[in-house]
Amino acid sequence: MQRSNSYILTFVFVLTVVCGTLLSLAYEALKDKQAANVAFEKRKFILTTFMGPEAVGALTNEAVNAKYDEMVKPVVINAGGEETADVADNINVAKQYKVDSADRLLPLYLIKGAEGYEYFVMPVFGKGLWDDVWGYVALEKDMNTIKGVVFDHKGETPGLGARITTPEIQSRYVGKQIKDEAGNVVSVTMNKGENGGGDKSIAAFQDKPHNVDGMSGATLTGNGLNTMMDTYLKAYNNYFKKLNSATALN
Amino acid sequence: MATATVEEKKVAAPKEPIFGRKERQLLSDPLDLNNPITVQVLGICSALAVTVQMKPALFMALGVTFVTMMSNFFISLLRNSIPSRVRIIVQLAVVSTFVILVDQILKAYFYDVSKQLSVFVGLIVTNCIIMGRLEAFAMGNKPFPSLIDGLGNGLGYGAILMIVAFFREIFGSGSVFGFKVFDAMGINYIGNGVLVIPAGASIVIGLVIWAQRARNGQVEEE
Repeated sequence: MQRSNSYILTFVFVLTVVCGTLLSLAYEALKDKQAANVAFEKRKFILTTFMGPEAVGALTNEAVNAKYDEMVKPVVINAGGEETADVADNINVAKQYKVDSADRLLPLYLIKGAEGYEYFVMPVFGKGLWDDVWGYVALEKDMNTIKGVVFDHKGETPGLGARITTPEIQSRYVGKQIKDEAGNVVSVTMNKGENGGGDKSIAAFQDKPHNVDGMSGATLTGNGLNTMMDTYLKAYNNYFKKLNSATALN
Repeated sequence: MATATVEEKKVAAPKEPIFGRKERQLLSDPLDLNNPITVQVLGICSALAVTVQMKPALFMALGVTFVTMMSNFFISLLRNSIPSRVRIIVQLAVVSTFVILVDQILKAYFYDVSKQLSVFVGLIVTNCIIMGRLEAFAMGNKPFPSLIDGLGNGLGYGAILMIVAFFREIFGSGSVFGFKVFDAMGINYIGNGVLVIPAGASIVIGLVIWAQRARNGQVEEE
């Protein structure tokens, strides 16, 4: 049956209002729960960078929270490397990414061990091929060697760029160094092409401290990771330089 | 494509007056003789993508079943007032609403599953089964049969998903719903890597289609 244009417009308008209302109600009802999931995941990610995915996977949710509260001391630094009075959990890394890098606030997570602070965990943020990529990088006490990384993404292709979330890719960064011999930050770069995946990929880059094996079919996501690592490792270095000159770490 | 007209004794459903022979057939046909994946070959892409493990496959099956049921039901309710010139976009709006609902609920209550399924929840919108049922059934039938038709097709999709995921998980990773069966039996099983990648899914679905068609004696028409 042919309907008039005004009927069609009214129908579509009403439908849009009904569907839109329904979805905004659902969003309002569920958003606190979703935010809690994201906040909890962040805690897990931070622990994973220095404990490894298996150890964190074995913990119960309560144990994750307890471990986090026990070991992690969040601070916020500015672009000059000075600590500020801000609260790390209130800093949205994605929003800060849009701020000019000279005014950017950077959360930093200090990890307490038996003898003072043992690791530094830095949130990193950038753009992959399709959408945002982000992650956490843990440095050893020497402020140079990577203890572990965790990456996550919003819209990379499953099986290709989305592999950055797997331990297989993340383990390639373990033990890499972010500074050259002169002490300048050169970051860790993911190369193009892949040498067989798994242990083969790690073995192929064993004597290259500043490079990791690439992801076949996901070079552009890899480029995004490289830019992200480079930007943030350099930004945090201002803090580490100050820490080096002020000898006391604890 | 699907022209199976063989009349068979149907599996007995719970006896309800409202649930007559026609409804039973609506429910059981998509499970076997008119299965959306293996007979109509629809919804293959997500069937390849989310069947590495059984848990995400189960949630995907539930999600698709919910969306087909609800959108079939509501489109059928509206079928006489939907202007035919914009019917596809109206169907799409209804389907998207339910898909976003599923996505939001997963994000709130099954966060890890929602991460595993990632974009594939959103892609339920493009699942040909749903639009196919809306066009082929809900636009011309009453709401209750449409609901049953949606349920049947969702379950038919889900059944194949679970079968494929079962074989892929047990032979690919040696587990069922994450439980390491071979380890529990004391067998040192090395997972078959082919089954973990999408090509493995393609092979398993092919085998399921072969087995099912051989059993039902179905052949493609020229």
